[in-house]
Amino acid sequence: MGITGIAAIGAGIAVLGAGLGIGRIGSSAMDAMARQPEAASKIQTGMIISAALIEGVALFGVVVGLLQG
Amino acid sequence: MLNTTLKAFVWMVVLLLSAPVFSSSSAEGEPVDVTEMIMHHIKDAHEWHVLTYTDDNDGKQHVSVHLPIILIDGGIKVFSSKRFYHEEEAIEILTPEGETDHYLVNQELGYGIFHEEIYKLNKAGLLDFDVEGHVTNAKPYDFSITKNVFTLFFSSLLLFVLLKAAVKSYKSDGLHPPRGIARFVEPIVVFVRDDIAKANIGEAKYKKFMPFLLTAFFFIWINNMLGLIPIIPGGANLTGNISFTLTLAAMTMLVTVFSGNKNYWKHIFSTPGVPVALLPIMIPVELVGIIAKPFALMVRLFANITAGHIIVLALTGIIFTFGSVAWAGLSIPMSLFIGVLELLVAFLQAFIFTMLSALFIGEAVAEEH
Repeated sequence: MGITGIAAIGAGIAVLGAGLGIGRIGSSAMDAMARQPEAASKIQTGMIISAALIEGVALFGVVVGLLQG
Repeated sequence: MLNTTLKAFVWMVVLLLSAPVFSSSSAEGEPVDVTEMIMHHIKDAHEWHVLTYTDDNDGKQHVSVHLPIILIDGGIKVFSSKRFYHEEEAIEILTPEGETDHYLVNQELGYGIFHEEIYKLNKAGLLDFDVEGHVTNAKPYDFSITKNVFTLFFSSLLLFVLLKAAVKSYKSDGLHPPRGIARFVEPIVVFVRDDIAKANIGEAKYKKFMPFLLTAFFFIWINNMLGLIPIIPGGANLTGNISFTLTLAAMTMLVTVFSGNKNYWKHIFSTPGVPVALLPIMIPVELVGIIAKPFALMVRLFANITAGHIIVLALTGIIFTFGSVAWAGLSIPMSLFIGVLELLVAFLQAFIFTMLSALFIGEAVAEEH
């Protein structure tokens, strides 16, 4: 359907979005943990939850890519 | 200290895995289709393939567990999948893309199997294909014990035995610290109760939903872990099967909808703070949200686990793509690393599913504030 391999490119772009998003979460979590080490475990929990949610969305894109290609 | 131990372990694994290949006979001529191998391992199957070895005549001998096929077609028909896989020859067909494919038939029974789907044979004892390569024969109702169904039963039994043993140690004389397997189970149950149930549903109402949340958590976790074991009874990719995750998400949706109180439905049909003119937009959005949130649960679990399996299989397939054993030095450490990551993902996905279910239930039973 269309150009060969375009499904793979689409999946790659979805994963790019996930990488950027989760990278930002990680970076702000690190900053917050550095500012207030006592809250580190709460921040870590929140970070893992946000990362899993964003990864879920990215995998929506990957699944569509898999289905097309 | 830890660094040297880790390095030693990795090198030992690599060398051990390379040794048998050096001593075996030379590889066969045909190239291995890695994509097909990956898809075969991800999907469900009617027989459980354990291993294939080359016998004295250089032929391939398969060792598999032949699971029973149960069909409802005017009556209940039960037979072993051995009747398909080893009693008849394969019938070759040409796909619309011009590649050769094959399917298996059993004339005596009147059924054929193509890509793990069972169809009724036509009068000539063959399957009919349409222009796009799909089969047009009738399908009986397939209630077979496939790999995934077997894993379902196995993990349910495992979970039941494990948790029954943990419960038993509490039912004895008076109060005492947990004994035996309860020592492993109790911190996990307390974790689900405190950090998932109480935090999202609230002190007053969490107890009613604990059985559901605990079941979801343990069941998803144990099935994810079983999927990572490469040999039977593990390795059946149950949580990567979208029907399975659909059922789990549907359970969450049913629990949420049937325990919704007046406040919950008020939020859906007249969201507080929204001007009346916008309600015709908000109500469909909220109604779709009732379905969309469990839908996301379903796709998240399915995609995470299937993607993990595909990555591990693809990395292992590097050895076969290049055809030489030297690539094992690169492939095996990478597969091991991804495997360890998958262990984390197994727990994390179970936690996320349970936490989001608790969140939705919490929304449903929340009091006005």
